[in-house]
Amino acid sequence: MPIFRLSPPFLAGSNRVTLQMMQVLLALIPAVIAMVYFFGPAVLINIVIAVATALISEVVMLRLRGRPLKPFLSDGSATVTAVLLAISIPPLSPWWLTVIGVSFAIVFAKHLYGGLGYNPFNPAMVGYVLLLISFPVEMTTWLPVNSLAEQQVGFLTALQIIFNGQWQGLGMDAFSGATPLDHMKTQIGMMRSPEYVASQPLFGLLGGVGWEWINIWFLLGGLWLMYRKVISWHVPMAMIASLLVISTLTWLIAPQVTGTPIFHLLSGGFMLGAFFIATDPVSGSTTLRGRIVFGAGVGLLVYIIRIWGGYPDAVAFAVILMNMLVPLIDYYTQPKVYGAR
Amino acid sequence: MRSPVSDFPGGLHLPGHKKRSTQTPIRKTPISKQLILPLQQHIGEAAVPIVDVGDSVLKGQRIARAEGHVSVCLHAPTSGKIVAIEERPIPHPSGLSAPCVIIETDGEDNWVERHPVADFRQLSAHEIRQIVRDAGIVGLGGAGFPSFIKLNPGVHHSVDTLLINGAECEPYITCDTMIMRERADGILDGIEIMRYALNAAEVIIAIEDNKPASISAMQLALAARPDLQDIDIVVIPTRYPTGGEKQLIQVVTGKEVPSNGLPIDIGIVCHNPGTAFAVARAVKYGEPLISRIVTVTGTDVTHAGNFETLFGTPISDLLAFCETRRQPDEPFIQGGPMMGYSLAGDALPITKTANCILVGVEDVAPANEPLPCIRCGDCADVCPASLLPQQIYWYSRAKEFDTTRDYKLFDCIECGCCDYVCPSKIPLVSYFRFAKTEIMNQERERRKSDLARERHESRLERLERERLEKEQRQAQRKAALEASKKAAAAKEAKEKAAEATASDEQPAAEEKN
Repeated sequence: MPIFRLSPPFLAGSNRVTLQMMQVLLALIPAVIAMVYFFGPAVLINIVIAVATALISEVVMLRLRGRPLKPFLSDGSATVTAVLLAISIPPLSPWWLTVIGVSFAIVFAKHLYGGLGYNPFNPAMVGYVLLLISFPVEMTTWLPVNSLAEQQVGFLTALQIIFNGQWQGLGMDAFSGATPLDHMKTQIGMMRSPEYVASQPLFGLLGGVGWEWINIWFLLGGLWLMYRKVISWHVPMAMIASLLVISTLTWLIAPQVTGTPIFHLLSGGFMLGAFFIATDPVSGSTTLRGRIVFGAGVGLLVYIIRIWGGYPDAVAFAVILMNMLVPLIDYYTQPKVYGAR
Repeated sequence: MRSPVSDFPGGLHLPGHKKRSTQTPIRKTPISKQLILPLQQHIGEAAVPIVDVGDSVLKGQRIARAEGHVSVCLHAPTSGKIVAIEERPIPHPSGLSAPCVIIETDGEDNWVERHPVADFRQLSAHEIRQIVRDAGIVGLGGAGFPSFIKLNPGVHHSVDTLLINGAECEPYITCDTMIMRERADGILDGIEIMRYALNAAEVIIAIEDNKPASISAMQLALAARPDLQDIDIVVIPTRYPTGGEKQLIQVVTGKEVPSNGLPIDIGIVCHNPGTAFAVARAVKYGEPLISRIVTVTGTDVTHAGNFETLFGTPISDLLAFCETRRQPDEPFIQGGPMMGYSLAGDALPITKTANCILVGVEDVAPANEPLPCIRCGDCADVCPASLLPQQIYWYSRAKEFDTTRDYKLFDCIECGCCDYVCPSKIPLVSYFRFAKTEIMNQERERRKSDLARERHESRLERLERERLEKEQRQAQRKAALEASKKAAAAKEAKEKAAEATASDEQPAAEEKN
């Protein structure tokens, strides 16, 4: 008979943190494949750099904090943070950008707050915001999707640009192009109508070319996580619903300032944010009603910042801002307990 | 047959492992050489022995009387001789020792004179409660609360529903399953008596749908009793912890027991089928509670089953009778794998609350260091009380006990569902028990210091009062003194004046003299 703990219950289910993290990583695979298809293998190089940085940072911090390595390295949370950050930044970002972002996320946003389970802010998004504010040029130089690019960025080209900063004398900016969100924002700023902008080659059926598919794959991956009960429906659905409501209202009232609601749903990091980032249990709300409030808040802030803020996309800011409200939300959204009068 | 009207939130679908111990009928455990009978086998005050070392006792003879209100009597489970009354280890999670009566059995099994009651309707409710108390009957579901108290609704309550809890939702345990299968008629006798004592409007027997044999046995027995046709059997879905009193009430009646309240507050009384059977034996046959059905099961038990076992039988004897692969002094579980407790030591006796002895479970919880809480909320999803275990855990760990009460710590029924699903394998229930104990200790301390402060304050008050009284007295005395001085002075003055007038006249008189 195995030795069991001294107090009940003596049974345990098969649920494990590691298992949850592995499923999150699995669910990301289709969208990552789509990203590689549209932006080339540079995405994979970023992921490798990010994961390596994350694991090294994790080991160093666990050592410094005197924590055991094995249980915390194998929980998979550092890998998830690294992958989420790696797919959020432009594919041709220089290697040091990835290293700074990921190490800041792990060291400052995670371990200095107490490590796994204790970080009030989403580590990947803290890393992202640090990079966005410190290196705005690098962080907004996205690649155009392959079908629109004059030059395909292959594996070796990407390696050279990422580690050397240039390929045959050409820098990162030689390959770059505006993202659909970016383009929409600047063009509307130039008083062009959203319909006109959407008819340009950067735009596809529902959103931006390529981006719409990446977002759809994030959505499908997220639905699988929901089916596997790794995440609940509350945050993603509230986020999608609130973005739909506010963007539809604005679109009906002032169509000249905004793209279509569907464009907003399938642009930038929205679906990644809805299913993989805002659903981070540690920094998000933990009550069911609270998750609805949290998700709705993120959706609303994403739209407000996209339309009226200074940045084209806003998932990171929206998530971090809502992270701040979590203790308050949790306190006021307690469920009605059995027997409460 | 009635269907459940409602449901409870959360809960778990656990593998039942019930078949293991239901393949053979209930068997009798042989009489052990020595029986160890703790004086306290129930919630409340320990019974007081009324026998001495060296006395011979008969089966069913009272050996200890109930002491205080919440207490029951204790009886000799078989005939023999009292060889000791001393402290012995008892089945308690902390390995406590407590006073026990030790009987050397003689193997004769001779009964004491019994007083059966042919027609319980000749008795008053009070007399029935007296019999139940004298027979030493406690709730046989595992908690061991004296049953006579739960047969007394008191003057302020009336009983709408007598609910017989045959859910038995914990995995492995089958003693209620088996007693319902084999002794359904006796259970109905007990229910009839209980209903009479409680004057209950309706009776519901609730059984989980994974016990079809028990359900049909109860139905058959009921069909043969035309006078009991108003008793309902409710088949409820199998889901842990539907046998929790509060959850069962919610499922069967749709009502919720108020926080900090009792089922009787909403007109419901719950009893276990085994208890009902014991009541019938006590009233109809005059037999006190001296044995119970114990499930012995688990992955390490060769002949798992249910055993009618005399109280005081050493658990080691029972396990030897069933044959196990257990090593001496290896820990085992008393009760179910979700809410029972682990025991070690072979000399521990079977008591009134021992519903199951479990040796070896599958999917055992790891004893290693848990990971931190990642607030995934799985625990809240399965909590049948709709609590937020992750938050209570957080504040228990931080020792912010006031906040744990804001999060309704005391509505936790300690069912362990949260522990079971936790991906970090945190022993949540242990934290909640810790927090509850700390809060209760703090409250006791607070009450003590309140009392001390009150005493101190009343002492100060008394001193102040005494001081004031003293001053008052002094002032009075002073005033009196002054008054008397004044009076004296006045008198003196008067006298002087009188003297003066007198002296005016006196000289003449004197002269006259």
